[in-house]
Amino acid sequence: MKMFSWLQYDFMKYAFLAVLIITPLFGLMGTMIVNRKMAFFSDALGHSALTGIAVGVVFGVKNTNLSMVIFAVVFALLLNQISSRVAASTDTVISVFSSFSIALGLAILSKGGNFSRYSSILVGDILSITPQEILYLALIFLITLVFWLFGFNKLLAVSLNRTLAKSRHISAAWMENLFAVLTALIVMVSIKWVGILIINALLILPAASARNISETMREYHFFSILFSVFSGVLGLVVSYHVNVAAGPAIVILASVIYFVTYVWGRKHNL
Amino acid sequence: MQKIIKPCGLHCIKVKHLGVSLGQQIILEDINLHIHCGSLNAVIGRNGAGKSTLIRAILGEMEHTGTIEFKDRENGKIQKLKIGYVPQALNIEKQTPVSVYDMIAAYHSNAPVFLRKSRKISEKIQECLKIFEADYLLDQQVCNLSGGELQRVLLSMAILDSPNLLLLDEPVSGIDQNGMELFYQTIYRLKENYDLAVILISHDLEYVRRYADQVILLDKTVLRQGSVKEVFQSQEFAEVFQAERSKIKK
Repeated sequence: MKMFSWLQYDFMKYAFLAVLIITPLFGLMGTMIVNRKMAFFSDALGHSALTGIAVGVVFGVKNTNLSMVIFAVVFALLLNQISSRVAASTDTVISVFSSFSIALGLAILSKGGNFSRYSSILVGDILSITPQEILYLALIFLITLVFWLFGFNKLLAVSLNRTLAKSRHISAAWMENLFAVLTALIVMVSIKWVGILIINALLILPAASARNISETMREYHFFSILFSVFSGVLGLVVSYHVNVAAGPAIVILASVIYFVTYVWGRKHNL
Repeated sequence: MQKIIKPCGLHCIKVKHLGVSLGQQIILEDINLHIHCGSLNAVIGRNGAGKSTLIRAILGEMEHTGTIEFKDRENGKIQKLKIGYVPQALNIEKQTPVSVYDMIAAYHSNAPVFLRKSRKISEKIQECLKIFEADYLLDQQVCNLSGGELQRVLLSMAILDSPNLLLLDEPVSGIDQNGMELFYQTIYRLKENYDLAVILISHDLEYVRRYADQVILLDKTVLRQGSVKEVFQSQEFAEVFQAERSKIKK
């Protein structure tokens, strides 16, 4: 079986497992991020990873993963709060806070010319993932599934009309905050393997492609997860054979799918 | 959905001393309303009079002072008030993959809409859509509906749960004159045949004159309430609608 020869290496096996967890997770989350027009929000969250690490370094925290996750959760809740109160448009608010946070992170981490130590997080490296870290990914996947089963309807209700949701006793603030925290957790847990530069592409592209050709929520979810897993697995295999980084290979495939679905959707008037 | 029953006239909704303020600014104060089931109550007033705020306060979306009670008039027992709400518009873009089924099921059931379509819920929704002759829309995308179709779907959704009170924001865009007439006729039919009270925010005094049982003239507080005749001939009404008055008389 020459086709599967790459599976003989442990690091490829682990990477494969990780992709099998991350991609359906991203496909799922992406549906709501795209629907709620939160692409910029999740992008800002990705960038805040640097600041989280920097904050950890400043306070002498040993495990910067922890400071990264905590910072991202706080950052997400803060963004939610501020954009619901400030009169300026949401993307302006996000842009202001995102720029400030990434500048702060870069400033701290580059002090003394040490930034190259952290540059791996920009691109990410899925081949270096360990079994324990795969377990974390599986855990967050499980949490997301549970949230989706019990919370998705409410989240959709809130995003269509907040007052209407309120008339059905659904709390908009709760659902929005929960979703923001979940997005923050997912981005942070996977950012080391995917990289800051392209994590958002993986969140947005499969859902955006699915949207091109879907009419109902069932089709939307089905295609989003399908495209995500397909480009993830194929991207990993291609990256092994062509010897390029896995993340970019996956994103290029996902982009191709987007263009194809766009044309297909146009042609069939969807 | 409830069976068609004549309104019993025995329930009433009492709003007492309702007030809403945002920081220093008082938006509504000392609103007192008495609403009977089977009546169509139109809320009118100039722009910025607090009409939409009143609806959001009754729904509990905005914090308010005062009380809202739902009473059985015979024995005075207080019951839980179920409210159906019809918004003016939805926050939905072109190409959004949300079908009419998805939307209504999202608000009214816990069966995740991204999984299998539930036959039971589907039938229940279908039944409600039928009342407004909208059952053929079940599998259409919400963003592709016309203004009138969307209005009928939203109405079906609002009465799915047999509410005691129906709150409506009159549609302003995407509906032509014919559609408006149909909208008011539908509301009228609803309050005649189902056991519910209707509070409707209206911008069109001509329709109010023809269809409303009670009129509430609002400007921060209730300036005047009563029958159409009482309110339309009042001093307060003349002051608020000075400019528009000549149009109505015709």
